[in-house]
Amino acid sequence: MDPTWTALLLSLKVAGFATAINLVLGIAVGFALARLRFPGRDLLDTLLTLPMVMPPTVLGYYLLVLMGRRSWLGAWLHDSFGINLIFTWQAAVIAAAIVAFPLVFKPARAAFEAVDGQLEQAGRVLGISEAGIFFRITLPLAWRGILAGVLLAFARALGEFGATLMVAGSIPGKTQTLSIAVYEAVQAGQDDVANTLVLATSAVCIAVLLAAGRLAPGRIANR
Amino acid sequence: MNFDIDIRKTLHSGKRRFQLDVQLRSDCQRLVILGPSGSGKTQTLKAIAGLMTPCSGHVRLGGSTLFDARAGINLAPQSRQVAYLFQDYALFPHLNVRQNVGFGMARGWLNPRARERQATVDHWLDVFQLAAVAQQFPDELSGGQRQRVALARALVAQPRALLLDEPFAALDPALRIAMRHELDALQRRLQVPMVLITHDPEDARMFGEQVLHLSDGGLRAQSTP
Repeated sequence: MDPTWTALLLSLKVAGFATAINLVLGIAVGFALARLRFPGRDLLDTLLTLPMVMPPTVLGYYLLVLMGRRSWLGAWLHDSFGINLIFTWQAAVIAAAIVAFPLVFKPARAAFEAVDGQLEQAGRVLGISEAGIFFRITLPLAWRGILAGVLLAFARALGEFGATLMVAGSIPGKTQTLSIAVYEAVQAGQDDVANTLVLATSAVCIAVLLAAGRLAPGRIANR
Repeated sequence: MNFDIDIRKTLHSGKRRFQLDVQLRSDCQRLVILGPSGSGKTQTLKAIAGLMTPCSGHVRLGGSTLFDARAGINLAPQSRQVAYLFQDYALFPHLNVRQNVGFGMARGWLNPRARERQATVDHWLDVFQLAAVAQQFPDELSGGQRQRVALARALVAQPRALLLDEPFAALDPALRIAMRHELDALQRRLQVPMVLITHDPEDARMFGEQVLHLSDGGLRAQSTP
């Protein structure tokens, strides 16, 4: 297969998995931060926001140390399951998920905080269980804000470069994502390859941003 | 309906500290608690519905205990079988009129479908003349229609008591008079016991079989009409 397509499909696969993870975790963390009061809440918010401002290489280094066989986590994964994450596409998924996570949980938290608590109280008086209230009132009303964040996170995960390069490397067909392939093509002086890759990336990013813009809160009434 | 309420609660809002101390016993069908805003009316009503947990005391309705601090009883709002009409109605903005009215009847994690017809829901839509707007959303309704939807949603489950928080405050004066008469007629027909809180003496004149005055969080009353 054409290397451009291989890289594009790999990027979509990595970004897709990362976004799926972020969707579930982002809703859970955003809801917890919006509704629960626990010690260390602000610290947790700060720590999870860090990937947005930290240099990707710093984050990549952290992940490399954490997943490497000399750390307890890396050693445990290797000894118990024979899993070695470094230089696999799964490592790229983890890196992309962490880098894009603030883009999911921050809007999710804001969206949950914007839901009128009185509507949930109305649900309680009507006899609806707490889980029912979450799925029938809170989540539908917060959904639009959450989805806009998720699409941005997908675009961010698609373009992830620094942390991914450090933990997953640049193995063509295996871990060489679109953004890394662009770098490699330019380094090797393959301008025509670079042109195709850049155009493909731009097209996908524009499509995602258009979709996110249509879903931005306020454009259409909540329903 | 026998209302036996004896609650104490200290509330903090910013630096302000507010002491709620309400003791009332009543045997009437239409109880009105009258007091200026900030006197603790809404908190009292929320304590009956289970949306606020008092520090001490008890809430008994028609002989059954909903809350008793000493005995460690505190029924969840879900199992108190009371209906609550919020001041601004708290209609679900993402659901149409039919779904709003049928909300309490659908259990589980899914909302009733937009066009699903249920005999009970249809009945209440007819009672409140809402059949024509069944597919519309709350933000497309007039103030009077919104209140009717809220009332229908509250009454579908056949509650043991109807709690109303300033039901006419959000309406303009002409509509207020019309809706007062509508609620009056409805209550007489259904014979559902109600507690209405208001700052408007006119509401008290219209509905108060017994009127209690609440000021600065304090109320003590005991009477049988």
